[in-house]
Amino acid sequence: MEWLPTLWFILIAVLWTGYLFLEGFDLGIGMQIGLGRAGEKRKRVLLNTIGPVWDGNEVWLLTAGGATFAAFPYWYASLFSALYIPLTLVLVALIFRAVAIEYRGKAQNATTRGLWDLALGWGSLIAAFGVGTMLALTTLGLPLNENGDRVGGPFAWFTWHAVLGGVAVVAFSWIHSVAFLRLKTEGPIRERAGQQFVRWMPWCVLPLMLWSAVVVLADTSLAAWTLLALALVAAFFAWFSARAGHEGRSFIALGIMLVGAVAAIFVAAFPVVIPSTINSAFDLTVYNASSSPYTLKLMSIVAAFGVPLVLAYQSWSYWVFRKRISEKHIPEDHLVTSVVK
Amino acid sequence: MDVLEIARWQFGITTVYHFLMVPLTIGLGLTVAVMQTVWHRTGNEQWLRMTKFWGKLFLINFIMGVATGIVQEFQFGMAWSEYSRYVGDVFGAPLAMEALLAFFVESTFLGLWIFGWKKLPRRIHLATIWCASLAAILSAYFILVANSWMQHPVGTELINGRAVMTDAWAVFTNNTALVTFPHTIFGAFAVAGGFLLGISWFHLYRRRKEGIDTVDANGRVVVGEDLSKGRVRDRTDHKVWLTSLRIGALIATISFFGVALSGHEQAKLMFEQQPMKMAAAEAACHDGTGFSVLTLGNVGTQGATTCDDVVAVFELPGLLSFLANGDFETPVKGVNTLIPEYQEKYGSHYPDDPAFGQYAGEEISYLPVMEVTYWGFRLMITLGGLSAVAAALALWVTRKGTVPQSKWLSRLVLLGIAAPFGANSAGWIFTEMGRQPFTVAPNPQMGGVDQVFMYTAASVSPTVSAGEMLFSLITLTLVYGVLLVVELVLLTRYIRGGTGSAMPELLEPEQTSGKDPSDDDGDVLAFAY
Repeated sequence: MEWLPTLWFILIAVLWTGYLFLEGFDLGIGMQIGLGRAGEKRKRVLLNTIGPVWDGNEVWLLTAGGATFAAFPYWYASLFSALYIPLTLVLVALIFRAVAIEYRGKAQNATTRGLWDLALGWGSLIAAFGVGTMLALTTLGLPLNENGDRVGGPFAWFTWHAVLGGVAVVAFSWIHSVAFLRLKTEGPIRERAGQQFVRWMPWCVLPLMLWSAVVVLADTSLAAWTLLALALVAAFFAWFSARAGHEGRSFIALGIMLVGAVAAIFVAAFPVVIPSTINSAFDLTVYNASSSPYTLKLMSIVAAFGVPLVLAYQSWSYWVFRKRISEKHIPEDHLVTSVVK
Repeated sequence: MDVLEIARWQFGITTVYHFLMVPLTIGLGLTVAVMQTVWHRTGNEQWLRMTKFWGKLFLINFIMGVATGIVQEFQFGMAWSEYSRYVGDVFGAPLAMEALLAFFVESTFLGLWIFGWKKLPRRIHLATIWCASLAAILSAYFILVANSWMQHPVGTELINGRAVMTDAWAVFTNNTALVTFPHTIFGAFAVAGGFLLGISWFHLYRRRKEGIDTVDANGRVVVGEDLSKGRVRDRTDHKVWLTSLRIGALIATISFFGVALSGHEQAKLMFEQQPMKMAAAEAACHDGTGFSVLTLGNVGTQGATTCDDVVAVFELPGLLSFLANGDFETPVKGVNTLIPEYQEKYGSHYPDDPAFGQYAGEEISYLPVMEVTYWGFRLMITLGGLSAVAAALALWVTRKGTVPQSKWLSRLVLLGIAAPFGANSAGWIFTEMGRQPFTVAPNPQMGGVDQVFMYTAASVSPTVSAGEMLFSLITLTLVYGVLLVVELVLLTRYIRGGTGSAMPELLEPEQTSGKDPSDDDGDVLAFAY
């Protein structure tokens, strides 16, 4: 049963990758709506590209959190308590974002709608940044003592790693959402997204590649280097195929870039789940942070049954809503008025 | 306030708030699924309107539950890291399963339901709401397994200083969970029942007040129409509210029996598993058989290990024994008997260990805050009972087809929507505060200090500062406060809009009638944010 913690490490890496891939474009779209300057109809097109699926995508985050709790309680406890303030902000951001998606269309006037847009935009931005910060720090290190508790005060986690991870996920999410819009919309939005993608994509994947390179540099494993190289090749491919007008190919290539870069990070970090910047003897690893073999076995059975099922019905949901949309598909605003006198 | 107190306030506030949304989601979800099923079978438009209207309110509420639920998944690690380390092996499993097996289904299928009108085949569309609402109930089961394990740890051994799962079957069929689950689900349906009843009453009352429906000299209800705003207030509209009202009242009445029966089973278990909680619920200082109807005096002796000043003003003899044991004679242990027992088993002072922070070496108060347990328990029963009586009365009063033309009664009914919510909150506050000073209460069948249990004082994150905790407590409380207002404003607006608020096509019948929107696929979306 030695391999069980490793299996769960892989599974958690998969969950985080799935989260970044799926919620990545949701977060990017949120930023585009809330912080961009699109007109009202266009904003609604953007929102409705993710409308049916965003909530399911967000569950990947909850599952990643829950699976970490179940499989690596010490990882979960140390990471989440060390990043108390940033995670509080992530929670508030996610709350506002979720509510804004559902309530923005129920606003009765432009002012209220503008407030929801701000909540959606900043909520998406802060959530993306915070998740990036958390993932960068769990792979690059936190000041943990022998009990796994953060020392040095509420902001002891703050390093350039934290900023790099945050920027990486924000930038990736934005460009990923641009690629997503090319697949999901038609007309001017699709065209504009095509131009944006070619123009900005290299800059937007740079921070993620950099973070991956920093983690991989500290490691000498061939696998990590190979994955990083794969990510780099995929990034080039995504850009060139976008320029040649292949929307689907460039979207998939960007996805492969994400998978390669994140996999490289986790492979290079293995078996450490949080390096302690104080003393490497205090590192949390898959071996000293994991649950008992019994629990891991139970969870493995559940995951073997549950994960394929989730993938199946989520794919089906994407299939149901596969149609491109544009401004002509958006119904008129429906103002709710009281019927009672 | 120290870190521990702030962390506890935060957990209490965020969880009670989250659990305002949850029971309505659970109860209303399945109700809407049934309504849509009836529409699917009969094609009767009344049921479509009911599905759409209640479905709309369901969704407004659902999203708030989702948003506040994320906090729950994170805050164990953030504020309660020592707890998470100690229990993760057992407690994390149901939480992860909830996300993977239940919440994924709920979120994905609700997305399909919301956007799938006229896009999915009708049967499949109907199936999506069933999947989502059953998943919500499954979700409750997993969370209650986790919570019940804190109330009554089973299937676990203490290995290297932490709780380790040794028997998953025991954890997932914990008798505490098996009685808490129906109690909670029936409680959720009581909430949904009251919600349906109150809002439908409001609409029936307004229809009467505005002269749309009248009662003739023989007491017969004459249903009318007001078509000034489309078909929103036609004769079908009357049926929508009357049927909803009856369904609501019926659900509320039946749920009460479910809540009461499961609650009785739960109480019997609790007398065995956490005798101190039940003694505190009764403010019963001495052993006895009587159920306290009113106990006064120095009820809240927080921190004290004696409660001699408590005066039982009025007791129902034998009833307490019935609650605990099912007979009227066996005396139930009081606080003064239990405290020495706890002290003997688990020690009179906290271990002198840095994990206990400032509480290291302090005396342990095994007595929960009695004001909270005593009044929480009674508030739960009173509010629950009152709502059930009110629901049964409502069924009787509306038997002829409308509600009485009474302004104060209609206000009272609207206010009454809050009662089952209050009962739910009071029940949870009672059972969680009553578990103190433990986060994981010791299982009395398992012996003493070498067993699985955990003090709240040792559960909090060791190096998170009071300032950080205070920051999140204030931030989250403010955010929740603002969002509560937002949700109430939205719900009120949609309620006042009637069925037209969820079905724009009712407002302008000329434009949509005669045209089946499913023909113009690729045109305007049936639903869009």
